[in-house]
Amino acid sequence: MIDAIGRPQSVLVLGGASEIAQAIVAKLVPARCRTVVLAGRESARLAEAAEAARAAGADVVETVAFDTTDVDHHLAFVDQVFDRFGDFDVVIAAAGILGTQGILERDPVATASLLAANFTGLAAALVAVAGRLRQQGHGRLVVLSSVAGIRARKANFVYGSSKAGLDAFAQGLGDSLEGTGVGVTIVRPGFVVGRMTEGMAPAPFSTTPDAVADAVVKSIESGAGVVYVPSVLRWVFALMRLLPQVVWRRMPG
Amino acid sequence: MSAPLGQRGLLTGWGRTAPTAAEVVHAVDEDIVDAAMEAAGASRSERGRGIVARGLGRSYGDAAQNAGGTVLDATWLDAFHKVDLDSGVVTVGAGVSLQTLMERLVPLGWFVPVTPGTRLVTVGGAIAADIHGKNHHIDGAFCSHVLEMTLVTPTGKVTLSPASDPDLFWATAGGMGLTGVITDATIQMIAVETSYMLVDTERAPDLDSVMEKMLGGDDAYRYSVAWIDCQSTGRRLGRSVLTRGDHARLEDLPERLRRSPDRARAFVPRTLARVPLTPPNGLLNPLTVAAFNEFWFRKAPLHQVAKPHHMTGFFHPLDGVGEWNRLYGSNGFLQYQFVVPDEHGETVRRVIERLTEVKLASFLAVLKRFGPDDPGPLSFPMPGWTLALDLPVGHHDLDLLLDALDQKVMEAGGRVYLAKDSRVAPAAFRTMYPRVDEWLAVRNRVDPLGVLRSDLGRRLGLCSDRLPPAPGRRTRRARSTTAAPEKAAPVRGAGASPVARGTAATRTPRTDTPPERTGT
Repeated sequence: MIDAIGRPQSVLVLGGASEIAQAIVAKLVPARCRTVVLAGRESARLAEAAEAARAAGADVVETVAFDTTDVDHHLAFVDQVFDRFGDFDVVIAAAGILGTQGILERDPVATASLLAANFTGLAAALVAVAGRLRQQGHGRLVVLSSVAGIRARKANFVYGSSKAGLDAFAQGLGDSLEGTGVGVTIVRPGFVVGRMTEGMAPAPFSTTPDAVADAVVKSIESGAGVVYVPSVLRWVFALMRLLPQVVWRRMPG
Repeated sequence: MSAPLGQRGLLTGWGRTAPTAAEVVHAVDEDIVDAAMEAAGASRSERGRGIVARGLGRSYGDAAQNAGGTVLDATWLDAFHKVDLDSGVVTVGAGVSLQTLMERLVPLGWFVPVTPGTRLVTVGGAIAADIHGKNHHIDGAFCSHVLEMTLVTPTGKVTLSPASDPDLFWATAGGMGLTGVITDATIQMIAVETSYMLVDTERAPDLDSVMEKMLGGDDAYRYSVAWIDCQSTGRRLGRSVLTRGDHARLEDLPERLRRSPDRARAFVPRTLARVPLTPPNGLLNPLTVAAFNEFWFRKAPLHQVAKPHHMTGFFHPLDGVGEWNRLYGSNGFLQYQFVVPDEHGETVRRVIERLTEVKLASFLAVLKRFGPDDPGPLSFPMPGWTLALDLPVGHHDLDLLLDALDQKVMEAGGRVYLAKDSRVAPAAFRTMYPRVDEWLAVRNRVDPLGVLRSDLGRRLGLCSDRLPPAPGRRTRRARSTTAAPEKAAPVRGAGASPVARGTAATRTPRTDTPPERTGT
């Protein structure tokens, strides 16, 4: 259960190899989160993330095979995980890929698969997760969105639109869960300096996985619905939205 | 029997933290209790989520919540079954509030044996939390005055007395509703001549002096409590107002009341005001709280002897303000109440010092000396000092601060009060309540499938969040895993069976009917 001060005792991560998710888990475990289940494609990174959670002191740490795009099995997968481990106080939707805009623009298959990984497949999984959370009558769903979804930019509009879709989906889902004991937090980081963006020049107001994790932990405490990291981005993007299109179009890559 | 219909709703405790949703079933009669219990036990295949009773919701934390499951609103069980005005023995429904008991019986010369700082608690809740009052040092806790009760468990209905089944009786005393649903209780009331108290009030300039006064003088009073200002520092650290007294006899009262015994015994509680809405967070901040505490201290007489006060003001000053818990804003608040043995009175000082260091707004704290404990393995009181602090949620280091206070309390061999708790860690809880395995063994006897569940139980590892698979029945879970790890806290010997440590990933052995273990 999440206690009065907002500390969860169990967490399920969809996209368990995510660097941001790993940073969140690293903060939750010392604050008495005992069960960590990392769902994702089998990989060395997923195993490393599990090892890190164990090293941090969690009692039950497991990795489970999960493919965001395998929508036919989402319901069975989610049931199986909840039946096996019991309630989850927090579910983090962290699966996602950035892609390379240059390739995506020319390759419909690559575009479709990015949208499936970041949006359609993940949203489908969240439908199943929300069903179980509603049943258990408590919990918080943390959805990692991005400021890139607020206004799609020509430099990364495929990724941006996938996050825009996910973000809108999560907003509606959160409203539909009102009164069920389940809350949804949408996290909108700016440019996160890390593995995903390796080799890229950081955008202004860039942040780190650790800072995002801090904001997420705080949002679990406060029950905040939308979190920007850094928080100043809330105002920056309120302005960005108002820029005339001719200006926005010229935003550097 | 079909399952009684419930209404899905969000519930919190008095602290208004951590809301969860449950089916609230109105226990309009005892048949509904039986039916709901049966339905909760039978819903195994549909991932049943158990049942717990709820009274007036005055537990501060998650004791009367059951996320996703059934919460039985027991305030419906409000009948007076039997009243013996000669002996003061009454049998009432578990949903009868102490306020109702007082309203009906004080005018007839009988008062509740134990009352907490609010009279808006039910008899069932009073037993489940084994509540204490200002007279603990003389009269003990509530369950010492319970002669009999009816308990509906998943394995049947039992009439319990301390003699008939002492293990179950005392596991239910302080058992937080996790041994069954109490439907009625027989209580020995205490005789009073009037509804007034004769009260001695004195101010104490610091903590040492108030503790000294209490050690030296408490035994001469039936009721004793000190209100401590936790904002003052330095030489004035722990300055207090000590109020002690006993029930007034008719002859103790002023002339106008003596002439009218009806008025001298009147008990008509009034709500003077109601908090109409939830103000913004931070209304109760260090400044406003310090101002209030200052006012409280100065308004108290330096030393006043044998002043008649009505019971309502003496016992339940806060009940005059309806829904005062809203004053803490939408973040809610929590109460940290602990007890430490007599020889560790120093811990009280260290806790108050720590609070003043972090400048946390702590409303008036309540200090009291407990007398001998009763036999309940989860019963809170033990001989020693208890301090209760109301703290707003939202201070960024509250979690670490309270964990550190837990540490001090554990080092002193003390514990926190489950009826107030909303955040203690499972491992700390086990250290504080070393007899928990004894309690779990009794619970497993009457509730082998773990049907009785609450959010508090899940949080502390007293009940698991799933029912075990029925013997001989293949469940989804049994098919889907080969070595399913139970969620387990790092506990010293969980449940009635020892916990073997397996691989890092799968540390607990799987059994078909696991003893109650940690949930989420």
